[in-house]
Amino acid sequence: MDELLAEFLTETNEFLETVDTQLVQFESDPTDSETLNNIFRLVHTIKGTCGFLGLPRLQFVAHAGETLLGKFRDGTIEATPDSVQLVLESIDRIKEILADLETTGQEPEGDDSALIGALERAAEGKTEAKPVEAKVEVKAEPEPAAPDNADAIPVDENGNKWDKDLGRFLKPGEVSLAELEAAFMAADVEEISPKSEAVEAPAPVPRNPEDRRGGTERRTTARDEDDDAASKAGGVSAQTIRVNVDVLENLMTMVSELVLTRNQLMQMVRNNSNSEFKAPLQRLSSVTGELQDSVMKTRMQPVGSAWKKLPRIVRDAARDLGKKIDLVLEGEATELDRQVLELIKDPLTHMIRNSCDHAIEKPADRAAAGKNETGTIKLNAYHEGGHIVIELSDDGAGLNTARIRDKAIKNGLVTEEQAWTMPDAQIHRFIFAPGFSTAQVVTNLSGRGVGMDVVRTNIKLIGGEVDLQSNEGKGTKFFIKIPLTLAIVSALVVGAKGQRFAIPQLSVVELVSAGGSSEHKVETLNKARVLRLRDRLLPLMSLSGALCIEGAEDDIKDNNSTQFVVVMQQAGIMFGIVVDEVFDTEEIVVKPLSSAVSGVKAFSGATILGDGSVIMIIDPQSIARAVGETEEHTSEEADSRQKSVKQEAKKDDIESLIIFRAGGEEPKAVPLGVVTRLEDLDVSTFEQSDGKTLVQYRGSLMPIVPADPYTNIKTSGNQPILVFTHNEHAIGLAVDEILDIVEEKLDIEMATDKGGMLGVAVIKGRATEILDVGYHLSNAITDWDKPIKKEEPKNIVLVERNPFFRNLLSPLLKAAGYNVEAVDTVSAALVCAEYQKPTAILADIDEDRNSALRLLDDERTAGAPVVALSGSSEADAQEFAALVRKSDRYGLISTIEYATKKGLAA
Amino acid sequence: MNATALKSDDMVVSDFGTQEFVTVHVGDQILGVGVKEIHDVFAISELTPVPGARKEIAGVLNLRGRIVTAIDARVILGLPPRENGYVGVMAVGVEHKGESYGVLVDSVGEVLRLKDSEFEANPINMDAKWKSISRGIYRLEGKLLMTIDIEKLLVQSN
Repeated sequence: MDELLAEFLTETNEFLETVDTQLVQFESDPTDSETLNNIFRLVHTIKGTCGFLGLPRLQFVAHAGETLLGKFRDGTIEATPDSVQLVLESIDRIKEILADLETTGQEPEGDDSALIGALERAAEGKTEAKPVEAKVEVKAEPEPAAPDNADAIPVDENGNKWDKDLGRFLKPGEVSLAELEAAFMAADVEEISPKSEAVEAPAPVPRNPEDRRGGTERRTTARDEDDDAASKAGGVSAQTIRVNVDVLENLMTMVSELVLTRNQLMQMVRNNSNSEFKAPLQRLSSVTGELQDSVMKTRMQPVGSAWKKLPRIVRDAARDLGKKIDLVLEGEATELDRQVLELIKDPLTHMIRNSCDHAIEKPADRAAAGKNETGTIKLNAYHEGGHIVIELSDDGAGLNTARIRDKAIKNGLVTEEQAWTMPDAQIHRFIFAPGFSTAQVVTNLSGRGVGMDVVRTNIKLIGGEVDLQSNEGKGTKFFIKIPLTLAIVSALVVGAKGQRFAIPQLSVVELVSAGGSSEHKVETLNKARVLRLRDRLLPLMSLSGALCIEGAEDDIKDNNSTQFVVVMQQAGIMFGIVVDEVFDTEEIVVKPLSSAVSGVKAFSGATILGDGSVIMIIDPQSIARAVGETEEHTSEEADSRQKSVKQEAKKDDIESLIIFRAGGEEPKAVPLGVVTRLEDLDVSTFEQSDGKTLVQYRGSLMPIVPADPYTNIKTSGNQPILVFTHNEHAIGLAVDEILDIVEEKLDIEMATDKGGMLGVAVIKGRATEILDVGYHLSNAITDWDKPIKKEEPKNIVLVERNPFFRNLLSPLLKAAGYNVEAVDTVSAALVCAEYQKPTAILADIDEDRNSALRLLDDERTAGAPVVALSGSSEADAQEFAALVRKSDRYGLISTIEYATKKGLAA
Repeated sequence: MNATALKSDDMVVSDFGTQEFVTVHVGDQILGVGVKEIHDVFAISELTPVPGARKEIAGVLNLRGRIVTAIDARVILGLPPRENGYVGVMAVGVEHKGESYGVLVDSVGEVLRLKDSEFEANPINMDAKWKSISRGIYRLEGKLLMTIDIEKLLVQSN
């Protein structure tokens, strides 16, 4: 009996999910008889099974629901939202009872008469006493269970009656339990015996579902053509079997082991080149790979299975809130790991509810905003790389940026200055901040709020990410990016203090080398180490320090030797972890830690590598936390919880700054030191050429560029200009108004991605944008310079032993208009120089500084300046005309130009 | 004495009033672990330390494809630490709640069948650390054998 009950529960729960979805679908299109038939069939099946199992409450409720559905079906009653609601309520009641049944094994006590009454009243809406008539059909119930002999009799007995009115479906349902019971006990033996067998004897029990289906089919052929779908469904289900999840999990574990063992074997054989095991091992390897894939597939489920409940949720929410909402589901067939699926179900449901509640406006408001009264929530899933992306978009009100900003400032998540210079997108992300999740906020804030931090945390737990885009008035789109599976992850194996660790590849952004001859330098702020990486300061921490390995203090060496930095991103923080060694990336099987070590937050698990050794898997989140903590301890100013925080100047550096206005009210500033002159020029002297504004200035043409790209240069009167000179070229920066010159500590607080800006600093109590002069100069001058460059072909000899750099630098130089002769030795360079008459020679001084020096004295170079190339900007190059770093693209060209000019002048 | 033995909760008293123990040595002390609790005995060949874990956790190791957490009995008993690292150290493999543990000991001796009549509760003046993992004492000839309650040992280290 238990087994039967368990099967009934599993099956019924599955049915109910489908019923929910289908009912919502039906409600939106009451003419869809196909859907109605499906629903009908499902409810009927549930009811039928309850009868066998002696579950009176369930049976009565299902029966009443079915009666009403029957009326929908034969068109006697129109399906109104209210009546559909009633059916849904009966389904909910069934679910409740089932839940109790599952835990206790007993049908709970309770009274469903109100619900049943309501259902009956709805069903009686137009028709006469149907239920009474139904009582006649008591004996129809055993029919499906007794296909062998009982089939024909009830049909003959009662068939005519229902066929007229309702069709067969209603007939088994109209049973009052007492009568049914009585019928079982007392009625003619012929009919009852197969039935009671089904209940008592274990053998026929598993056949029950089949029998029922069989019954349906039989009757289909007899009477009901539109039931074809049912038999088809039966055909499909025959190709699938139910497997206990534990079995699959176990299988997965075993396969993981197999993969590891295979890896071990492979490693052993790899070291032994002519091993006889090679061929069989190759086969084993490929079979194992396929096995792994197949087993992974068994764990995969279409994402749609996690979405089944959503239509109902949206419908109910819409009804409660008095809104009209359509839910569009796309990409339901996209598959992902069962485990992952389970974990995203709740966050997704939560987000959908939020969308209904906060995003979609009331119909009246939507109409007022010129939108369709019915709001749309769209869910889309698709594969992208090793990830699944789930997009949840709505066409609702969008996030209210101003309110979120205010709230963020109030909660102390940002300073006021930061908040006002932040892009909207960044402000929107504050809805994921923990402080944004109180109920109070939600009502005040017409955006989302409740528990979005929980949503994000849950998604992060499975290595996913969530982000959003919002347009005020137009809607919001959330992106959830999650890994396909959790069982096997790709990890970077690194070494610290002689021990190896695995860092999940998902959180690794890149690997850079720092210190030594590398171009990246480690710098120090108080005790905090930072790395200057592409104009960003990256907080650094040694892995051994973060893990508190003994003797790890001051593990980051100061630029004397090269060290590896793993740049990681976690929880919006970018940071660098200094490791001693970097080994390899490996596919690893994550094994949970035993409870004795699970308290160590730094690790999320352990794994066995191909060589059989166990290594710990680092939890990026806890490392991020460790980095954050040190930051707070060591220096307040390294307050880089927002990754955009950037610091250029030391605390007591006082700079003279010129403050001006350009495009907008907010002040802008440049360091006074870089400004050559301030001018106020009459715009009538400006000339246009090649789409550029030029002015004759001190005997040469000077391009004028607006300081703010969106502001035009004045067309009348005088234009204030900041003149900068660079390599004897001048450019004028057109500004609206020069405000002031101040002496202030330049503390750039916010880095920006906007071209032409270094960032924002607080100057005289106001947030002031600091202009990147170099950006404007290079823009204006390279453009401006190019036509002249073409006139004289310039030859360059590049001496570089390393083919990598030779190949890297040659195209760069060619792009800048040089003819490049790239050679690998100084001798070859001298030969080239003799007939090429180069304007400059570029020579590597890292490899062989002494030969490079020969270039200086040899007359064959004809006095062409020799520019030293080095990996480091601090190399000793005083004999040479100039020094340039190999990786400095921009500096390379300008340094050559500079050296050439200097050479000519000399 | 028999009564005492029966009182200690999960002691399985055999029909003959005896029980089998595997003897292990930690420092100068001879300890006994119930035969049924031991899954295997192995020597450590490679051990991965777990930085940040409690000090009695020597590390984790791979035992035939399973990850085993090694717990050093010396540390639990408050004895001076091992000087020569963990390689070659003997371990007793036990399971607890589906997880595999290895208890590191100095050496593994023999299997002894001990009479319940020789069993005695922990002396009240015993070190608290020892008492917390001991089931009781057997009086052997010329020495005392402390029986280890593996469950308590593991739970304590949790």
